[in-house]
Amino acid sequence: MKVWYATRVLFGRSMLHILRSPDTIITVLITPVMLMLLFAFVFGGAIHIGSGNYVNYLVPGIELIAIASGTAYTSLRLFYDRQKGMFARFQTMPVSRASILWAHVLTSLISNAISVVLIIGIAFIMGFRTSAGVLQWLAVGGILALFTLAMTWLAVIPGLTATSIDGASAFAYPLIFLPFISSAFVPTATMPTIVRVFAQNQPVTALVDSVRALFNSTPIGNEIWSALAWCVGITIVAYFIAMRAYRRFQ
Amino acid sequence: MTDLAIQVSALRKSFKATEVLKSVDLSVRRGEIFALLGSNGAGKTTTINILATLLKPDSGSASICGFDVLRQPVKVRENISLTGQFAAVDGLLTGRENLVLIARLRGVHSPHQTADMLLSRFGLSAAAQRRADSYSGGMTRRLDIAMSLVGTPAVIFLDEPTTGLDPEGRLEVWKTIKELADGGTTILLTTQQLEEAEQLADHIAILHGGSIIANGTLNELKQHFPPAKVEYIEKQPSLEDIFLAIIGQKGGK
Repeated sequence: MKVWYATRVLFGRSMLHILRSPDTIITVLITPVMLMLLFAFVFGGAIHIGSGNYVNYLVPGIELIAIASGTAYTSLRLFYDRQKGMFARFQTMPVSRASILWAHVLTSLISNAISVVLIIGIAFIMGFRTSAGVLQWLAVGGILALFTLAMTWLAVIPGLTATSIDGASAFAYPLIFLPFISSAFVPTATMPTIVRVFAQNQPVTALVDSVRALFNSTPIGNEIWSALAWCVGITIVAYFIAMRAYRRFQ
Repeated sequence: MTDLAIQVSALRKSFKATEVLKSVDLSVRRGEIFALLGSNGAGKTTTINILATLLKPDSGSASICGFDVLRQPVKVRENISLTGQFAAVDGLLTGRENLVLIARLRGVHSPHQTADMLLSRFGLSAAAQRRADSYSGGMTRRLDIAMSLVGTPAVIFLDEPTTGLDPEGRLEVWKTIKELADGGTTILLTTQQLEEAEQLADHIAILHGGSIIANGTLNELKQHFPPAKVEYIEKQPSLEDIFLAIIGQKGGK
């Protein structure tokens, strides 16, 4: 099908962009790995999580940070395409307009999946162990993919509307900080009330707790529904805002 | 079907309170080089963007090869190619990859062959495997125009194609444009350089303050103005003549 073919061609192009941009690889891969090392071997000893291995505790949050910073590049790639005129070139060609946008979304999904897998691999070397079976792994994959999709559509909005490169990249900063005010690195119980209420009711905690439970094969509470609701909700809202912004170009 | 490649009537477009196009009418015959002349902000780019289906007009109509830009944008896009004011090449891809990309998207049968042919035609074969962000301004523009030729569209829009080029690069682009028109492609180009319009265009329209204030061949336009006086002036070589003569001796292309 024509739409799928064009999407694939454009997807190949942006994957090549990633391979040829060392800064993307450094930010998306090396930063989360450094954070994981820092928390595991510097702060980790002083953090009390109860029983269990701290690397195990860390992995879900690190994955979310990697995804949040990875999706920020979707904004940048879209912004550059607009700024450099590639967007206008594609739009004046007989190429489905959906392909132009979906190629970026697909690139984000695949490139983030690759970095998530690589980070898990490094975590294993650092001592990460899980009792998760195939189903639990699939569930973890599904949750992280859904989170990536939500963050990507969110990233499309500044990518299409920002007027400067700073504007296009700024949206990611708060997202990268959200895991620090969640259960990603420390249990929320020790936080002062206001912070704790925020931490316990923001999407990262629900996501982290669900993934952690899946990895540890412990019972998953209502957290998973809250995590899914957040992801689906953000995806739907961001998708509609992004498509509105995109229609301005047609 | 029709002998007109581009037909525009009563085109209007405003951005917020600014009325950019007040009422633009023009028609371009197939195979013609048509120059839209005007100063900065005259509405040249807006006109081109409407014709290239990037912008919607507020009112009026425009068609390309008989296809309406609003009702049949897909058909229009199959017949056009836009070379914008700033070269739209992918700097992270090589020259060859840029051409292959466009060829694939246009559904050309043999993308690699098409790319190689265009590379040699535009003197870019030697730089084919280099990333486009390492190209000089002239090379980038040539690649940009080469990308617009993939799939041989019937109508090509060139928005200020020689802005920012050195005299050599400009002559190269002019040569390319003439060759294209000789091959039967219709070209609508915008420029603010009178010389460029004079050199290239079969037909010139002057866009000023949002409407076309003069339209015709160069000779027709000349008739509107006071007859030329014959004066004898010693012809001094211009700095450009001198520059080109010196560069020419170098034997470079």
